[in-house]
Amino acid sequence: MTQFPDLYQRDREWHPPAYAQNYKTSVTRSPRKALLSLETTPSEAAGPTFGHNDIDPLDKDLLRNYAKTGDPIGERIILHGRVLDENTRPVPNTLVEIWQANAGGRYRHKKDTYLAAIDPNFGGCGRTLTDENGCYSFRTVKPGAYPWRNWVNSWRPAHIHVSVFGTSFAQRLITQLYFEGDPLIAKCPIVNTIPDQRAINQLVAALDLNATVPLDSLAYKFDIVLRGYRSTYFENRPEGN
Amino acid sequence: MAQKLDYLKETPSQTSGPYVHIGLAPGDAGFDIYRQELGRDIAGAQAKGDRISVRGKVLDGTGTPVKDVLIEAWQADAAGTYPGCGEVAPDFRGWGRVIPDFETGEWSFDTVKPGPVAGRSGIMMAPHITLWLVARGINVGLTTRLYFADEQATNLNDPVLNLIEQDSRRKTLIAQKNGDSYRFDIHLQGDNETVFFDV
Repeated sequence: MTQFPDLYQRDREWHPPAYAQNYKTSVTRSPRKALLSLETTPSEAAGPTFGHNDIDPLDKDLLRNYAKTGDPIGERIILHGRVLDENTRPVPNTLVEIWQANAGGRYRHKKDTYLAAIDPNFGGCGRTLTDENGCYSFRTVKPGAYPWRNWVNSWRPAHIHVSVFGTSFAQRLITQLYFEGDPLIAKCPIVNTIPDQRAINQLVAALDLNATVPLDSLAYKFDIVLRGYRSTYFENRPEGN
Repeated sequence: MAQKLDYLKETPSQTSGPYVHIGLAPGDAGFDIYRQELGRDIAGAQAKGDRISVRGKVLDGTGTPVKDVLIEAWQADAAGTYPGCGEVAPDFRGWGRVIPDFETGEWSFDTVKPGPVAGRSGIMMAPHITLWLVARGINVGLTTRLYFADEQATNLNDPVLNLIEQDSRRKTLIAQKNGDSYRFDIHLQGDNETVFFDV
């Protein structure tokens, strides 16, 4: 059987804690007992893989993958970046999935009842595989901010949800990306579940004028970092002991 | 001062929010967009092994079902092999997505029962399925394992179950046989809080 190296321990002080009192839904949904720390076994080291048979090239173009009568309304953007690990190694051929509200801040979901209009030409999801250098790109519209029930007057900053696999199932990650310059970021109780400002900055996609399409689309760059693998320099215990 | 270590930091997690299905299971969000959705079959009809089904609910600290959860299941095939770690049974993917009924919170999935897998240093782990939970209000995806009540002997020697100090907590990882299926309720809080792992 294939041997996988161990993963670097996840830095739980960099991630948000399970219980964050200002994000009210977390109060009853946060485990209160200590997590049980587990050294990597094959169940966590292995992970599902995906190929080009699983998805279609159009899946990553949110301007076109649900269009019925024309393009969706909103600010056209390219979203691109790399998936790397903590050792700065690119993660190739890994599945990246995104979902988002439309330009008015409304989701295409049977449970979303916000009064902003559904866009008939916008589904709001996309997926792609990273290339051999770990690069990915999507084309979409910039999502709108929207109100949500936390405090009476809580607003989510414009954001796109991102899901990434990596090689090991223990690298599995879901996060949200925000947009450079948005004043709602600093006020958001979900953003502020993250204790360290440097970690929050890691979720803010940068305006990238080098990646725009002139006279067509703005661009934002968002790199994603997954857990890295430990190197084994010395074998200090023979197998089975 | 010392040299600077040049490791990157892992991207911090954020909740999947209530509309995770749009991205990962759009059919359940209420629209049809992709040629095929991923994770619909953990084990296809041709995959060898004992066919099983698992049902359950995820419950919050008040005992209320978490109706907007999305669970990913990851398991070895009936011979104990993970995809990517050797030849697996034909038509076996080992990974799937589980979405509850939005009214009741009850979910179920069908698969084949996994075989035992060698853990660290070759010690055998009892058959189990890794589950990863995301939902609104869950800031970092939660990892747990589902073991089977009818694998009593192998469970007793399982190196991961044996890391759990309290007997009463070990039970939270054992799916109970219930007629034709297994029952596995996951408690996010409370006296019966499920054991979650930092893997």
